[in-house]
Amino acid sequence: MNRTNIQLDGQGNLKHFLTIEGLGRDLLTQILDKTEGFLMVARQAVKKVPLCRGKIVANLFFETSTRTRTTFELAAKRLSADVLNLNISTSATAKGETLLDTLRNLEAMHVDMFVVRHAESGAAHFIAAHADPHVSVINAGDGRHSHPTQGMLDMFTIRRHKGDFANLCVAVVGDILHSRVARSQLAALKGLGAGEVRVIAPRTLIPAEAGTLGARIFHDLREGVRDADVVILLRLQRERMRGALLPSEHEYFQLFGLTEERLSTAKPDAIVMHPGPINRGVEMDSQVADGPRSVILEQVSNGIAVRMAVMSMCIGTQNLQGQNHLDA
Amino acid sequence: MSSTEVWKTPAELELAIQRMGAELSHLLETRGSNAPIMIGIHTGGVWVAERLHRKLGLGDPLGQLDISFYRDDFTRIGLHPQVRPSDLPVPLDDRHVILVDDVLQTGRTIRAALNVLFDYGRPASVVLATLAERDGRELPIEPNVVGLHARLQPGQQIKLTGPDPLELVLGQCPRKLLRKALASNPTDE
Repeated sequence: MNRTNIQLDGQGNLKHFLTIEGLGRDLLTQILDKTEGFLMVARQAVKKVPLCRGKIVANLFFETSTRTRTTFELAAKRLSADVLNLNISTSATAKGETLLDTLRNLEAMHVDMFVVRHAESGAAHFIAAHADPHVSVINAGDGRHSHPTQGMLDMFTIRRHKGDFANLCVAVVGDILHSRVARSQLAALKGLGAGEVRVIAPRTLIPAEAGTLGARIFHDLREGVRDADVVILLRLQRERMRGALLPSEHEYFQLFGLTEERLSTAKPDAIVMHPGPINRGVEMDSQVADGPRSVILEQVSNGIAVRMAVMSMCIGTQNLQGQNHLDA
Repeated sequence: MSSTEVWKTPAELELAIQRMGAELSHLLETRGSNAPIMIGIHTGGVWVAERLHRKLGLGDPLGQLDISFYRDDFTRIGLHPQVRPSDLPVPLDDRHVILVDDVLQTGRTIRAALNVLFDYGRPASVVLATLAERDGRELPIEPNVVGLHARLQPGQQIKLTGPDPLELVLGQCPRKLLRKALASNPTDE
């Protein structure tokens, strides 16, 4: 048992979901298995299950987001939880309240779960370390560090199309340097035992520690996607770029933009993924984005189910702790 | 269960299911429930339903229901370790539904299953068929068709094993459950 892992309770159950690292294949597989069940809720006439009735989930978004915040909100609502959306940048923090004071105030309102997005790496971990013991924290993206629910929804999408990870070749293309999504994907692929993982990017967008990512590095798109089963594109994160890492978006597309022609070296049944939002004509052209091999919109639907699975697992673990208190 | 013995053999269960099929046909005919849909509750209920579905020769495919998201003990024990996807291939609205489970005891599973059903649609009617029923009801729920009636000692439980062959085994409750059973019914001790 990993006693130092803040994400797990004493019995190894998921209490917080902050990063993929340190969770192990069993727990990652458990998340994917449970997601299958939650996917069916979207087929119900009443798209809601009563699991988290009476629980309060607070979305703390210190950084803007549409897709992630909306899907977390929808996931919480489909679990019958009540949701608070706090737009922190325009609220108390702007009036000088510290992060911990904001937390204490929300805890006083009996919030059961924080979903946190923050521009600083480690923010969600910090909140988990300082929150009340009965509160769970889910990382919805922290700086360049981690975006674990995005990583898991990508794994879920891959597993639905390709089955077992052991024989798969997965290529991740683009801005690895600034991408918390890429870090979570690579950790999850490693954790689930993917056969071969590749990263494809210009030299300026690959981090210095790339060797430790456990992936083969390519600087040529055509070479990198050759015989791949899955091609994952990343968004160019202009807002995080400092200095001249790229000459222009136009030139990036010339070298690393995915087109049907460049995709032709991948396996014929390869799928194309993107965490969104897409920059059409930068990371990929519209023909690929809207083409038959694109599963981009499916990723969005799967994202809701994955978030339902993770949220209910964490809140279920809180219940166990409550029970232990009663038994004691 | 620590020690187990066979309570009903595969052959006995086959006979019981045969009888259930006949009773179900009769019941549906009496009620005028045309073209019913059959739905089994994971996991044992699905095994029984597969056999009943074949015997009745129903036109629509068998549905499968998982009640993990509707259990009333989530606030005590968290998410059930084995969540399986529900699969209801046909819309339920205005249809007659046969709900099938393996063993009926407290009635809580059926309460949860009914809630799942009604989140999928509004059936015209629901009847309940269970392979076995025993004492211990905690809700006002009774089956319409039953294969076997179990008369058990305090602390005993029956469990269906399968899918092939089906067997009902008799065993002892885990000690914690037994304590609870005795506490709620102390005269049985």
